[in-house]
Amino acid sequence: MSASSSSMQGHAVPASGMDNTIESPGQRAPLVLGTGDFHAVTNQVCRVTEHPTVPMAWYVAFGVSLMLLGALGVAVNYLIFTGVGVWGLNNPVMWAFDITNFVFWVGIGHAGTLISAILFLFRQKWRTGINRFAEAMTIFAVICAGIFPGIHVGRVWFAYWLFPIPNQMEMWPQFRSPLLWDVFAVSTYFTVSLVFWYIGLIPDLATLRDRAKGTIQQFAYGLFALGWRGSARHWHRYEVAYLLLAALATPLVLSVHSVVSFDFAVSQLPGWHTTIFPPYFVAGAIFSGFAMVVTLAVPARELFGLKDLITMRHLDNMNKVILVTGCMVGYAYSMEFFIAWYSGAPYEQFAFINRAFGQYWWAYWIMVSCNVITPQLFWFKKVRTSIPAMFVLSLFVNVGMWFERYVIIVSSLANDFLPTSWDEFIPTWVDIATMLGAFGLFGVLFLLFCRYLPMIAIAEVKSVMPEANPHWEGYGKGHAAHGHDPHGHHGGAPAGSQPAFQDPRPGQP
Amino acid sequence: MTTFATPSSTTAPASTETSVAQTWGLVARFANPAELMHAAEAVRKAGYRYWDCHSPFPIHGIDHAMGISRTILPVVVFGAGAAGCTLGFLLQSFTNSFDFSIWALVWVTGYPFLISGKPLLSFPAFVPVMFELTILLSALTTAFGMLAFNQLPELYHPLLKHPGFGRATDDRFFISIEARDPQFLRSKTGQFLKSLGASSVEVVES
Repeated sequence: MSASSSSMQGHAVPASGMDNTIESPGQRAPLVLGTGDFHAVTNQVCRVTEHPTVPMAWYVAFGVSLMLLGALGVAVNYLIFTGVGVWGLNNPVMWAFDITNFVFWVGIGHAGTLISAILFLFRQKWRTGINRFAEAMTIFAVICAGIFPGIHVGRVWFAYWLFPIPNQMEMWPQFRSPLLWDVFAVSTYFTVSLVFWYIGLIPDLATLRDRAKGTIQQFAYGLFALGWRGSARHWHRYEVAYLLLAALATPLVLSVHSVVSFDFAVSQLPGWHTTIFPPYFVAGAIFSGFAMVVTLAVPARELFGLKDLITMRHLDNMNKVILVTGCMVGYAYSMEFFIAWYSGAPYEQFAFINRAFGQYWWAYWIMVSCNVITPQLFWFKKVRTSIPAMFVLSLFVNVGMWFERYVIIVSSLANDFLPTSWDEFIPTWVDIATMLGAFGLFGVLFLLFCRYLPMIAIAEVKSVMPEANPHWEGYGKGHAAHGHDPHGHHGGAPAGSQPAFQDPRPGQP
Repeated sequence: MTTFATPSSTTAPASTETSVAQTWGLVARFANPAELMHAAEAVRKAGYRYWDCHSPFPIHGIDHAMGISRTILPVVVFGAGAAGCTLGFLLQSFTNSFDFSIWALVWVTGYPFLISGKPLLSFPAFVPVMFELTILLSALTTAFGMLAFNQLPELYHPLLKHPGFGRATDDRFFISIEARDPQFLRSKTGQFLKSLGASSVEVVES
């Protein structure tokens, strides 16, 4: 151990790019690599927003996203000026791409809240590397989700009927409808996510303010940093508030997709009227959301040089969550079939056999392949720690989860009780443009976020470094504050308390 | 701004001149969280009241070292949550179960919806929205309550214009003692902070 402690700072700094995925009992794997220095962490994150130029890939992605956003604008305007008939909807299939996209995007959002709230309550320190951009992803995903219920009502200028606003008709929303619960659930979710994200951002905006060179940056970051000055009295209330927000966001995130699933489960339609829906939807949401976090994190850490903050261990952990939630989703798929058989209800049985072997068999099997079969590869550590493999598998999950919602919504509606009313849904160009356009909106917002806001929670990352602990071994114990050598070691410390992560495998550097 | 190496040797700026800025306080820099914490303990024991620590991240245990009493924010948030829950129930039962009128900025009348034969006052169906409003009001109160108790936003503060203090949001650790503290004496307080191991002690002007 002492050999590894021979660096300049008197303690071993976990090497940049080292493998921190190895589990070694008694030792904490480092979550920040390449430095034991707070200033270096600040530099690494702020470099992205402060650099005068961005990588070419950013411009390419931004251009593509802008074009898709333009397509969204065209499609939505065409819809509003013409009517919902421009979509491929027909009499039994009255929901299709619109609600599929809505559920897909709301689901994407769930991973951000899980990372920021639930992993915080469970004291999972690795969340600090990824929580900021996962939360940003949540907000942008909920914005994308919010478009679809807004435009699918047809006469969007009456969308205010969704809210209990006194009006000339003396009518109120009908609060026994799950659709209205959804309005409250999703708008609360958006508001709370935004507040949580912004509260987390305040100390980092202050960091950017204090480093800013230009007047505009100083003004903008300074305004939103609200005059934060790192006061311990502020930090005290801040930490209590953060804990409270995490505790409030945890039941909220579990409720949101439960309420979304009520849109289906409370109805009488075979294939929708299922008690397993709330937990099944929540597991699916977290599954798809984590896949999206991996999809975004892999290019972002490459592009902006954040590999020492979003380490392989973070990606490995996320892939484990994908594996677990993928298995839950697979269990739910099979349990639905079991219950359909066990219920003895012929319509229910037909709905599920039809789902797997009827006119939408291809969508069903895309869903099963992408959500249940391919994520099983994450049992292998080689796959979990391979950048190309995890990127491709996470894309598969995104595709699979989109198809899950499509299968649930469209196959159940298309073949309901009476064969005479059966029909098939065929999307129009407007459907497709709106779906792709939502990705454009998401991309634009996310890329702007990457460019202008700290992608990683700087203050939080620093607080999980061993150096942040005032009782850390490197600072010595019980010393008088005066004349203390900050690099001094107190001899005879057990290896387990060293900050450095020792690779237990022989022959490793 | 006046900087001095040893506070005792510093001559105070001519305080008779009205144009000279007032002293807001002193700010002392410490090397790391451990030293900040030890110094904070000593400052508390010395009996100062208007003082603070500044760090780029929350330091575990510093509130104890400084003697900060626990915030009442959770109590306020609980009240807000209870209010949200009640509001959710009243909103839904009034608008969906009754037909009397009340004045809420304008005269509004309830509308007793009869939906699939359910009772007019169908409590279970109201639970999701009650829950959401509980969370919404609690979360907003948490955020705005925290800012209010912290007296933020405060876009102007003497410390923020003090050169070098910007690193408090990066990698440096400071203790500030305000001049309005009854114990504050520029030379004595500066000496005291030096004795705690501060690598620099500087005057902040208001």
